[in-house]
Amino acid sequence: MLEIKNLHAQIEDKKILNGINLEINAGEVHAIMGPNGSGKSTLASVLAGKSEYEVTEGSVDFDGINLLEMAPEERAREGLFLAFQYPIEIPGVSTTNFIKTAVNEARKHRGQEPLDAVSFLKLMKERMKLVKIDQSLTSRSLNEGFSGGEKKRNEIFQMAMLEPKLAILDETDSGLDIDALRIVADGVNALRTKDNATLVITHYQRLLDYIVPDFVHVLYKGRIVKSGGKELALELEEKGYDFIKQELEAAVS
Amino acid sequence: MSLTETIQSKYKELNAIAGNGLLGSVRAKAIEVFNTSGIPTSRNEEWKYTRLAPITNKNFELNIAAALPSKETLDSIRLHADAAAELFFVNGVFVKELSKINSESLVVLNLHEAAESEYKNYVQLHLNQSSKYNKDGMNALNAAFVANGLFVVVKKNKVVENPVFVYHLTDTTSDNHFVQPRSLMVVEENAQVQVAELYKNNGSQESFTNEVFEIAVRENARLEYYKVQDEDENCHHVGTTHIQQVGKCFTHCVTVTLNGGTVRNNINMILEAPNNEGHLYGLYMVKGNTHVDNHSIVDNIQPNCFSNEFYKGIIDGRATGVFNGKIFVRQDAQKTNAYQSNKNVLMSDTATVNTKPQLEIFADDVKCSHGCTVGRLDDEALFYLRARGIGEKKAKALLLHAFAADILEQVKPAALRSYLENKIDERLNIDE
Repeated sequence: MLEIKNLHAQIEDKKILNGINLEINAGEVHAIMGPNGSGKSTLASVLAGKSEYEVTEGSVDFDGINLLEMAPEERAREGLFLAFQYPIEIPGVSTTNFIKTAVNEARKHRGQEPLDAVSFLKLMKERMKLVKIDQSLTSRSLNEGFSGGEKKRNEIFQMAMLEPKLAILDETDSGLDIDALRIVADGVNALRTKDNATLVITHYQRLLDYIVPDFVHVLYKGRIVKSGGKELALELEEKGYDFIKQELEAAVS
Repeated sequence: MSLTETIQSKYKELNAIAGNGLLGSVRAKAIEVFNTSGIPTSRNEEWKYTRLAPITNKNFELNIAAALPSKETLDSIRLHADAAAELFFVNGVFVKELSKINSESLVVLNLHEAAESEYKNYVQLHLNQSSKYNKDGMNALNAAFVANGLFVVVKKNKVVENPVFVYHLTDTTSDNHFVQPRSLMVVEENAQVQVAELYKNNGSQESFTNEVFEIAVRENARLEYYKVQDEDENCHHVGTTHIQQVGKCFTHCVTVTLNGGTVRNNINMILEAPNNEGHLYGLYMVKGNTHVDNHSIVDNIQPNCFSNEFYKGIIDGRATGVFNGKIFVRQDAQKTNAYQSNKNVLMSDTATVNTKPQLEIFADDVKCSHGCTVGRLDDEALFYLRARGIGEKKAKALLLHAFAADILEQVKPAALRSYLENKIDERLNIDE
């Protein structure tokens, strides 16, 4: 589904990604872990199409199309979804209106008619249950005055509404207490099918107890330096990131 | 003939017809002021950013009597609000015959009739009070032609249920027109009214409106005042709205500018009695070569008054915006609460805004604040919307609509509100 080859990216003159290779197939859950500053969030932003980052080398193929040539909105309509680490507060734009616009833009892209008001509300009610989000939140301005947990649940709610092929969760666990974490993870798990895939970006292993990955990759200095199964996450939790650094240094010398 | 020559000859013509009396003496004093001050130039600090000379150097017709437009022309400007009272100015002259006055609570007269009527006292007390604050030639020029204006009284203890729409129609089909509407409104004790002014020209020649609208609001009355400008770029406008809060009362004013040539709006809120409350809102959403200048004065004269001022601007193309908000707190005006805020979004590299708060405080126990911002649309917010599949243009439209919503929601009459919502959605192409 997603094939990243030798991806290099920089912001202004600062090189952040230094040759990432990653392949994600339908039905899989991948986790990317790594210390602060290793380039995890940059990878998410580059995939979603944030314009501050300049891709200097490499390619990203998303189900046969060149992802890097597309505008952010086109990527989203093709089925890529980024759950933001810091969802933006947008006063004056109602959550419901925003989601309705987003859903109908994707439908238009697929050649479908826009959802009528009744079907939209029905879908919304159903998906709201999934992340236990309250109606009072969706009638408010987008993320305005939402708590940290509410913002993250709102991200997963949007994901549930948009049903992406590939969901990238950027530090979705940050700032969540254990109950909120479970609600968010349950939502993500409920949305898993054999046809979609999830890329979980996280600093801590904690989230991976709930969203169990098929593959774990360690990102360090803009490169994937180690890959393995879910047990790699536990090893990292136990030994910390230093053991990766030591391994790498040992390999060099 | 240049505009200034036209003015002199038309002044003589008008005086010969309209005679002396109360208005005659106002005109005589005003023409003297005008002859001394002339058209303001950018050397005048209050006119630093707004240049009138390129307009006043041109030729303009000046009508002193009414011309009657066709029904079609009138209908083209009307809002869909059947219950509303409708008052028409045509080429700057109030035409009572065209107007629809459907409320027992309203007295509507021609200003020259009012000056000879039982309401003469109101005319004496309140006409031309704005000249104390706007001492420039434009204000004087309007007063020099005061005759066929609008006079409205909202009767004591009456609530006017439906809005009063004041339509200004300027015929520019064959000639440039200089028009000078003049209005005086008195909202009596315990009365309530919503009044809205709208402007339209119906030709491709230029129009230049120089308007003065004065309102006196008496004890316990409530005034909502709206001014909506959506003319073409060949229409220029200098307008003064002067609100005298004579007794303890409540006022709520919204000025919305969507289009025009050179536009200058003065709004004065004079809090003459203790415990007065006034709100000033404004939205300017301009593009092309439009220049819009909002100058406000809030004058706190007595103690315990509250005022809030909030203006927002969206400026695109080569358009320019000016906000100048002056707040006076006089020595006796202790416990004043006066707030002011101006926020601007620039949409292009060639858009400009000049924003300037001016606070002059002579009392020591007051709360005053002011703030202004100039920026672009938030890139993070834009990316967030686009990352959900919303195209760049629509995402910008949603954000701009949200930005404008703070002010739009202050427009209370439904017909006016939906007219503005449609205009703004149309401008933003929100349904594309």
